[in-house]
Amino acid sequence: MTEFSFWDILRNLLLAARWTVVLSLVSFIGGGIVGAALLFLRIGGQRWARLLSRGYIQLFQGTPLLMQLFLAFFGLGLFGIDVPAWLAACVALILWTAAFLAEIWRGCVESIAKGQWEASASLGMGYLQQMRYVILPQALKVAVPPTVGFSVQVVKGTALTSIIGFVELSKAGSIVTNATFQPFTVYGLVALIYFALCWPLSKSSQLLERKLNVAHRNH
Amino acid sequence: MSLIAITEVKKRFGDNEVLKGISIDVAPGEVVAIIGKSGSGKSTLLRCINGLETIDEGSIVVAGAQFLPDEVHLKALRLKVGMIFQQFNLFPHLTAGGNVMLSQMVVKKTPKKDAEAVARKMLDRVGLAHKFDALPDELSGGQQQRVAIARALAMQPIALLCDEITSALDPELVAEVLAVVKELAAEGMTLVMVTHEMRFARDVCSRVVFMHQGRVHEIGAPEDVFANPRTPELRQFLGVQ
Repeated sequence: MTEFSFWDILRNLLLAARWTVVLSLVSFIGGGIVGAALLFLRIGGQRWARLLSRGYIQLFQGTPLLMQLFLAFFGLGLFGIDVPAWLAACVALILWTAAFLAEIWRGCVESIAKGQWEASASLGMGYLQQMRYVILPQALKVAVPPTVGFSVQVVKGTALTSIIGFVELSKAGSIVTNATFQPFTVYGLVALIYFALCWPLSKSSQLLERKLNVAHRNH
Repeated sequence: MSLIAITEVKKRFGDNEVLKGISIDVAPGEVVAIIGKSGSGKSTLLRCINGLETIDEGSIVVAGAQFLPDEVHLKALRLKVGMIFQQFNLFPHLTAGGNVMLSQMVVKKTPKKDAEAVARKMLDRVGLAHKFDALPDELSGGQQQRVAIARALAMQPIALLCDEITSALDPELVAEVLAVVKELAAEGMTLVMVTHEMRFARDVCSRVVFMHQGRVHEIGAPEDVFANPRTPELRQFLGVQ
């Protein structure tokens, strides 16, 4: 029987953690783009677009991420399309992230005082100009802390993709456990690595909140 | 010919009819004060002239341009009439100068250099040339309101609408804002202002409109309206018996 050193375990986990990082980044950036599109549909003028976007957000917020992963992985398989685990993981996480970011950002846009819309309208700006030059610059400032805070949820959400067989940190944890029979050491390390990824994010969210609040104090 | 022609304008919020057929003509260079109790519809009327509220019946024509609720007509209308708000509504993420420059560059596509020159001129006109780089946060209420006036003036409107522009100010800051408005009036700017400053209305305005329950109750020169109120409602509003 092969002996595994502590270093062997850690090295394998860290190698797998790269995929957690990549998957988190892809989900967050992709989710941000889709989320921004949803946001514009949600607050724009068209009634059907608002309903569509709201329905999407409710659907993805109202079902477990795990079910979304299963549907992306097995669902398309029913139609004879072979979906690799990494693709299903990316798609499900992007769509899930988008729903939450769109809703967070909607709150931020709606927190901007009505007077800002009226003042910019009275100066002759159209809807897109108001958005681009007046509303979004202010809303973005409000949005930074909750958005960074939500990125922690995305990092932890990637752990679920282990269930459809994508080898990221959690999946690597079970594989290494099966080989070494040291579950406590392995999962302890897995947890620590997740913490090392998430803690700086939560901390910077807090710091940003304090910093941006100062700039925002009178509004 | 009148610059702003308001004819039989009606406005409802649900079942509540706020404007019950208003007709007012404003000539170029006129300074019109609209007075009345809160809820009499005076702010709503002003917001209708700028297209911030749609009207249900009647018509509003500003310098020959009819008010229609689509983006092209609204923009044309808003380029002719500027609006100043009770809460200033400066853009908090831009400096005083940036506030005055933004709409020139975005709406009129004025090059940045020219927009800046106009902004400096307008800020100078309201006595705030030295605050060009200050953020709204760093200005007093009176200064913020003067920046808002400069911002509206930079679009070169032919008329300005002022919606209780001194109501959110501390008493000692009211005078500096009214001084700017008075100067504009003296320069021949057409002004329609909803105001609670009766003395100002008496001294500066060419006509006073007293609104009551969604109607124009009395209208006339300030000396007549203030000295000889004809209706009991206006007498009560002015506190004379």
